[in-house]
Amino acid sequence: MRNTLSRTAVAVAGLALAVSSLAACGKAGGGSSDGVDVKVDDNAASSFDDGTKMKELADSGKITIGVKFDQPGIGFKGATDDAPTGFDPEMGKILAASLGIKAGDITWKETISDNREPFLQKGEVDLVIASYSITDDRRKVVGQAGPYYLTGQQLLVKKGSDIKSVDDLKGKEVCSVTGSTSLDNVEAKGAKPRGFDTYSECRDQVADGTVDSMTTDGAILLGYAALDPDNLEVVGEPFSEERYGVGYSKDSPEMCQWITDTIKKASDDGAYQKAFEATLGKSGVDTPDVPEMDSCA
Amino acid sequence: MDDVFSNFDLVLKAFGLTLELLVISGVLSLILGTLLAAFRVGPVTVLARFGTAYVTLVRNTPLLVVFIFVFFALPKLDVQLPFLLKGTLALTVYTSAFVCEAMRSGINAVSVGQAEAARAIGLTFGQTMSLVVLPQALRAVVPPLASVLIALTKNTSVAAGFGLLEATARMRGFTNNNADARTLIFLIFAVGYIVIVEVISAGAFGLERRWRAAR
Repeated sequence: MRNTLSRTAVAVAGLALAVSSLAACGKAGGGSSDGVDVKVDDNAASSFDDGTKMKELADSGKITIGVKFDQPGIGFKGATDDAPTGFDPEMGKILAASLGIKAGDITWKETISDNREPFLQKGEVDLVIASYSITDDRRKVVGQAGPYYLTGQQLLVKKGSDIKSVDDLKGKEVCSVTGSTSLDNVEAKGAKPRGFDTYSECRDQVADGTVDSMTTDGAILLGYAALDPDNLEVVGEPFSEERYGVGYSKDSPEMCQWITDTIKKASDDGAYQKAFEATLGKSGVDTPDVPEMDSCA
Repeated sequence: MDDVFSNFDLVLKAFGLTLELLVISGVLSLILGTLLAAFRVGPVTVLARFGTAYVTLVRNTPLLVVFIFVFFALPKLDVQLPFLLKGTLALTVYTSAFVCEAMRSGINAVSVGQAEAARAIGLTFGQTMSLVVLPQALRAVVPPLASVLIALTKNTSVAAGFGLLEATARMRGFTNNNADARTLIFLIFAVGYIVIVEVISAGAFGLERRWRAAR
């Protein structure tokens, strides 16, 4: 019963946070969308060649984007929210706007780490922007454009923990999402890997003192630490490099150049920086420049 | 793909944990389940009611909820247990309700006439149970118990989302790292589960044959 109560308390607190963050950046009219207003290109459909996926999406006026729903700051959707918030959804809005699609016409679908490739292959989503690290293996089955953001694996611990860096992990219980690369990395460092289904479950285990630390990309950990700064902190230097990319289906290789160009343009006109400041930037990190993007083969 | 074969020790270790979960919670469930069945068919009303309540409550609760209770609620009540213990606890609590009902069905399958006849030829209560009722009851429970244990084998995979690096959790790691070989990795791990289940089936079949009575 106590569990139910405290979960309710957490949910209420989360809701309050979501509402206050909505209020903080509620420049968008109509109230349904939040985050940054992105200028929609109304004549987009005419600027793409016939037969391309971009033309098809622009003509239909609809796009389905897969994002994370459980990573505050990156991609997060509370039970009562209409749309997810975070840096990834903001990038999605920027890409959709270049096709002339308004934020309200984007269908957001939750993708978890396990189903990102199948969703792209089966066409259940048009794009995946879900803290999706670019790797050679993934590029064998799906397309990944970018990177649009660089981060690295770090550790989230309870304040005052004796874990200060990755070297202190030997024999410690460290949680992350089951099957993730982060978990493999700490296993290689001699930690006992503890996989959970979601990052929030993992965070609960750290807060309850059941496991010693949580590990994944620093960007995600900063989001959690920002929600509970009295109890949790991010420690150590990043010990891996993750390059977040935008996933698309291999059936439409022409999307790569469009994604790359759109991100470059967003960086030049400040939309990228605004998107960052409204989301991840709130944890106090400096707004980065758009990293050098891979060329489209 | 090479990733799986060059790290095959990890696959075996993961199935080792699956087996550990299966064997420990299997044995504990058989003991606890048999005890509960004894409560339910026994003459002591309080125990019988307890047995009925336990089965009603646990059998109607999804296994995932039992896991969530053990892994998320207990730590909030300041009960800290090792992960393997928590996993076996959740599986045992759940499975023993099903073992209890399988056992009870076996005991009920022996007609009252058997016990009455045993008493009529002068056997004591102990002799009646050990020589007449239980052998027949055990024979009847082999098929349903095998089903319960097979279900338990597959249920161990729920632990993948609760900090235990058993076969399913390891499989998710491999599929995450080898997006191009998902189907093959899935099949390799499926074969592992099939082997375990087939061993249980074969054991049950062997017992059935050995205990077969001429009718």
